[in-house]
Amino acid sequence: MPIAEKRLIFANIDKPGYTIDIDCYLKVGGYKDLKKALTMKGPDIVKEVKTSGLRGRGGAGFSTGMKWGFIDPTKNTKPVYLICNADESEPGTFKDKQIIYKDPHQLLEGMAIACYANNVHLAYIYIRGEFTLGAKILEKAIEEAKAKNYLGKGIAGTAYDLEIYIHRGAGAYICGEETGLIESLEGKRAYPRIKPPYFPAVLGLYMSPTIVNNVETLCNIKHIVAMGGAEYAKIGKPNNTGTRLLCVSGDVEKPGYYEFEVGALTIGELLNDVCGGIKGGRKLKALIPGGSSAKVLKAGERYKIKSKKPDGSMEEKEIGLMDIPLDFDTLAAAGSMAGSGGIIVMDETRDMVECLANIATFYAHESCGQCTPCREGSLWMKKITSRLANGKGHPDDIGLLKNVADNIAGKTICAFGEACAWPVQSFVTKFKDEFENHALATKPKSTTTNKLAPV
Amino acid sequence: MSTNRVVDPATQTVSPEKVYPGAVDPHHPAAALPKGFEAQADEIITHYPVSKRSASLPLLHLWQETFGYISPEGIEWISHKLGLQPINILELVTFYPMFRQHPAGKIQIRVCRTLSCALGGGYELCEHFREKCQVGEPDTHGLAISPDGKYSVEFVECLAACGTAPVIMINDDFYEDVTHQRANELLLKYK
Ligand SMILES: Cc1cc2nc3c(=O)[nH]c(=O)nc-3n(C[C@H](O)[C@H](O)[C@H](O)COP(=O)(O)O)c2cc1C
Ligand code: SF4
Ligand code: FES
Repeated sequence: MPIAEKRLIFANIDKPGYTIDIDCYLKVGGYKDLKKALTMKGPDIVKEVKTSGLRGRGGAGFSTGMKWGFIDPTKNTKPVYLICNADESEPGTFKDKQIIYKDPHQLLEGMAIACYANNVHLAYIYIRGEFTLGAKILEKAIEEAKAKNYLGKGIAGTAYDLEIYIHRGAGAYICGEETGLIESLEGKRAYPRIKPPYFPAVLGLYMSPTIVNNVETLCNIKHIVAMGGAEYAKIGKPNNTGTRLLCVSGDVEKPGYYEFEVGALTIGELLNDVCGGIKGGRKLKALIPGGSSAKVLKAGERYKIKSKKPDGSMEEKEIGLMDIPLDFDTLAAAGSMAGSGGIIVMDETRDMVECLANIATFYAHESCGQCTPCREGSLWMKKITSRLANGKGHPDDIGLLKNVADNIAGKTICAFGEACAWPVQSFVTKFKDEFENHALATKPKSTTTNKLAPV
Repeated sequence: MSTNRVVDPATQTVSPEKVYPGAVDPHHPAAALPKGFEAQADEIITHYPVSKRSASLPLLHLWQETFGYISPEGIEWISHKLGLQPINILELVTFYPMFRQHPAGKIQIRVCRTLSCALGGGYELCEHFREKCQVGEPDTHGLAISPDGKYSVEFVECLAACGTAPVIMINDDFYEDVTHQRANELLLKYK
């Protein structure tokens, strides 16, 4: 029996007749939760979010309640800002786009509640530059909401004021990193800031306390207020609560976006029952579970997973790849991460060296260039993987590649360093034989039908 | 390597007027700008009550949407408007991939290069567009322009539509699941 989707965030998305107009949103109970929130005290909403156990959906999976808890509006003399991270540029991820293009008011409502809870009066949505239409949709939605007094001055008859503006990026992946995003919003190059001291919660936008949350995270806030934190926490599993938007791409019969309770289904169920199996009846070779920065998982691998039993004691289980439930903790225990929810599937015909060369090319293009290990390392990883993929490699290249990757993570200003090193480390370790074949053969036998790597 | 300037097809010369269609005198900027441009810029600046500098990116977008690319005059004008040094704006143009210092084609084709799209045939699709639009070899920024300036084709990184690979953009419009036949149909649409 295939496991049913649980559509909370995507409840109305793709429903026949559902439009982006505010009237349509109001018909399905839109802005009711904002009105409810406005009758509560800000700190009480923060408490509900803590109780809900919500973890950020942008990539790091950090507790949203805790993030908000770092900001104490009562002790602050500076204004607090909130930025919605709508940069969505982690390869393999296309969930936030669905919300922005098909249900913009849900995001605005979630955002307004988050702003009210944290005493924010000025907020921005940082949207990637290519979403020109998305930016227009959001701008129109803001206008509509202002006309109906759900945004702007004296929201819904209360004394609460909130302005939300749209800010467009311009094609740089690093703007998704929250401190790079803040620099970019200040009108500068998106150079991530060093932490400490520049934690957004302390020295964020304009050196004021700032909350940066992902689109999906902010939508969840609306549902937490609607059902209460405790009720929300019943969805999913302990420490892995709520639903998760999953984006599946690559070699499956039915790629697409889906919403499930966190951990409700395993990788095998997702691939076979939900996505109709691997394309063309072929076999799985590998998959990347949380956007291209996540470490690759190999078909047939087995993992020793430690987990806490309900009584608090620890247990260790060995499970296969197909039996990994898609939640934060299990994927981390398997050596990868849930990341942004983007799952990229590669079938048995794919050449892993070419796949890695493709990913390495992405990171080489996107490094902001501030830190030497990342700027130089990402370029070398592209160069080496590309020459291997093109049959021009050297037997020493595998060791060299590994060495370069091993000297980036932990030595850089931002987590991009890890993001570009992890794919290389995991591909080279797990598919060593393929890399060796490439390094030794003068001309690689490519089994791949499509070209994946630059010449 | 192809030039990335607009070439007059009749004379095969690079016309300076076409290279800088937005040419304005930085000292009297308002005079040469289209009607409403400055008012739009002023409105954008109100979105950033704490720091005008935050309006750099939106003003660059406005300039590029109006003139097709960021000319030296554009850099002058925006920095002047925001009370910044020109270098503060120029360094953004060279950092953010979407901004250009030279015009692209009238019809701009961007093909996603990243993994999911490549698995779905993105490289072959880009090659198909390059041939169909006769754009020749890409320049150092990866942009290839047809000699008549009509088309430009370039690779871009993940466009956040990976489930419907391969994905392209033509000007501001997204197209997903683009087969070679669909590509041909789209080219007719953007005649
Ligand atoms: C290189 C890099 C790229 C990132 N890109 C994005 C992105 O496109 N969208 C996003 O929401 N978060 C992205 N993040 C994560 C953000 O830094 C930040 O953790 C997130 O926006 C916080 O929101 P959350 O707590 O709601 O997840 C990125 C992080 C890194 C290191
Ligand atoms: S790790 Fe890379 S992307 Fe991050 S700040 Fe350093 S150079 Fe820039
Ligand atoms: S990989 Fe092409 S849209 Fe994401």
